[in-house]
Amino acid sequence: MSEPTHERPEIVNTLNTHEFAVIQAPHSRWRRLCDNGAFRKTLVLVVLMVIWEVYARALANPLLFPTFSATVGALLSALVTGELPRAAAATLILLFKGYLAGLLLAALLTAFASMTRIGADILETLTAMFNPLPSIALLPLALIWFGLGEGSIIFVLIHAVVWAVALNAFAGFRSVSPTLKMVGRNYGLSRAGFVLRILIPGAFPSILTGLKIGWAFAWRTLIAAELVFGVSSGSGGLGWYIYQSKNQLEIPAVFAGLLTVILFGLSVENLVFRVIEKHTVRRWGMAS
Amino acid sequence: MAESHQEAHKQHSPLLSVQGVTLQYRTTDQLLTATYRVSLDVQRSDRFVVLGPSGCGKSTLLKAIGGFHAPTEGRILLNGTAVHAPGPERAFVFQEFDQLLPWQTVRANIEFALIAGAHLARGEAADRAAHYIAKVGLHAFADNYPHTLSGGMKQRVAIARAMAMEPAILLMDEPFAALDALTREHMQQELLQLWQDTRFTVIFVTHSIPEAIRIGNRILLLSAHPGQVRAELNSPGTDLRDAQGKLLSTRIQELLFDRALKSAAGDNGGNDNV
Repeated sequence: MSEPTHERPEIVNTLNTHEFAVIQAPHSRWRRLCDNGAFRKTLVLVVLMVIWEVYARALANPLLFPTFSATVGALLSALVTGELPRAAAATLILLFKGYLAGLLLAALLTAFASMTRIGADILETLTAMFNPLPSIALLPLALIWFGLGEGSIIFVLIHAVVWAVALNAFAGFRSVSPTLKMVGRNYGLSRAGFVLRILIPGAFPSILTGLKIGWAFAWRTLIAAELVFGVSSGSGGLGWYIYQSKNQLEIPAVFAGLLTVILFGLSVENLVFRVIEKHTVRRWGMAS
Repeated sequence: MAESHQEAHKQHSPLLSVQGVTLQYRTTDQLLTATYRVSLDVQRSDRFVVLGPSGCGKSTLLKAIGGFHAPTEGRILLNGTAVHAPGPERAFVFQEFDQLLPWQTVRANIEFALIAGAHLARGEAADRAAHYIAKVGLHAFADNYPHTLSGGMKQRVAIARAMAMEPAILLMDEPFAALDALTREHMQQELLQLWQDTRFTVIFVTHSIPEAIRIGNRILLLSAHPGQVRAELNSPGTDLRDAQGKLLSTRIQELLFDRALKSAAGDNGGNDNV
C-alpha cells in the first residue's frame, strides 16, 4: 500500500552576488525616441501634411483643394495683416466667457446634486433631456431671447458645456471610494475640507474628462454659431473669417481658418489637458 | 481590606466600554441586525481581538466604535464619554488598500492627517510623520505615491498614519486580510514589535483564529446572524494547551462552531430516519 518514493538529493545553491553582465541598463537612444509619444504624434502630423501636399498637387485645383504650402502661405499672410489673430482673439474671448459660465453653473448643479437626493434626480433628468440636444439648435431661440449679440452665443455655449461637465463631475463624486470618504471623516475634516481634500481629488479623473468634453463641445458650438450668425456677434470670429473667405472665393484662407481651429484644438489638448493630466491623475496612478 | 481592593478595581475603569449595543442597517430591500446586545470592555494597552465568522457583524461593530454607524440600542463610551461621530482619537486602519489618498505621497498622507486631525503645525507634523515612517521602515519611500507601493507597504503607511495620531485607541479592521501569507506573518510580527515600543491600545478585527491568538491578549468571540458575544478569552500569544489539555485554537473553534456542528448533525440524523 505504500506509495513509491523517489530518493532525490536536496539542492541548496550559494547565490551569485557579482559577475552579472547586466542588471539594469538605460535604453538605447532610438528606443527612447520611439517611446516618446510627442515624437510619434509629430510623425503622424508630418505624414498627414505630406499626403495633403501630394494629393493637392495631383488634383491641381486650388479652388477646391489648395495645397498645404498655399494654406500655410495664406495663414502666414493673414497672421501678418492681423486679420486672423483678431478673429481668433474674438473667438477665444467669447469661448472663455461661455466655458467659464458653463463650468460655474455645472459646479452649482453638481454641488446641489451631491448634497440632496432630489438634486441628483433633477440633475439626472435634466441631463437626459438636454444633453442630446445640439446647442446650435437653440441658437434661433437664443437670438429671439437675447438679441443679436454676445448674449445669445454665450447662452448656447453654456448649454454646450454644462451638461457634459455636470454629468461627469457628479459621476466622479459618486465613484469616490467609501473607504476614502471614511478616512476623511475619521481624521475630522471640516465640510469644506472634506470636499476640497477628498471629494474633488477623488473625482478628479472624471472631472477632467468632463472638462475636456465640455471644451470640445464649446469649440464646435462656437465655430458653428459664428459660421451661421457670425456677423451678429459684432466682432467677427474665426467662423466668420472662414465664412467670409469662402464668399470671396479665397479658398486657401478658408483652409487657413480651419487649420487655425485645428491648431487650437491640438495645442489645448496637448499643452493644457495633457499637462494637467500628467501632473495629477497619471502621477497619482488614477488614470483610467 | 477586601473592600478597598474592590474600590481600587472600580477606579480602574475601562478605556472603552461597549454596553448592550445592537446594530442594524438597511439594505435596499430589508433591515438587517448585525449585532445583538454586544457588551465589552477594553482596558488600556489591550490588544483586544474581535474574532468571528463572516457575517457576525464584527466590522460593523468596529465601524460603530469608530463613529461611522450609530447603534439602535445601547451605547459606546470612550473614557466615559459617549461616541457619536468619527474622530481622530479613534484612528481607523481599514482592510482596503485604497485608504491612502492616491494624490498624496506617503509623507503627505500622514501629514494631512496630523494637520487636519491632530491640529499640529506644519513643521511639527513633518517631524512626527518622519518619525513614524521610520518606525514602519519606509523612510526610503516617504516621497512615493501610494500606487507605487506593494500591498504590505500600503498597510504599513496606513498603520503609521493611524499611530502618528497617537490616538486613545487604534481600530484595525482586518488590516492584513488582503495580504499574502508571508507578508501577513511579517506584518503581525511588526505590529507586536510596535506594541512593545509604545503599548498602544488596539481593537483588532479578524476572522483568522491563528492571527487572533498571535495578536491578541484578549479575544472576543462573536457568533453569526446576528453577532452575539459567545465568549471572551485570554490569549498567551501562542496556541497553548489549557488545564484539560485542549489547544486554545480548538477551544475557540468549538465555541464558535459548536451550535452549527450540532444542528448539522441533527439534520443529517433526521434525513437518515426518513
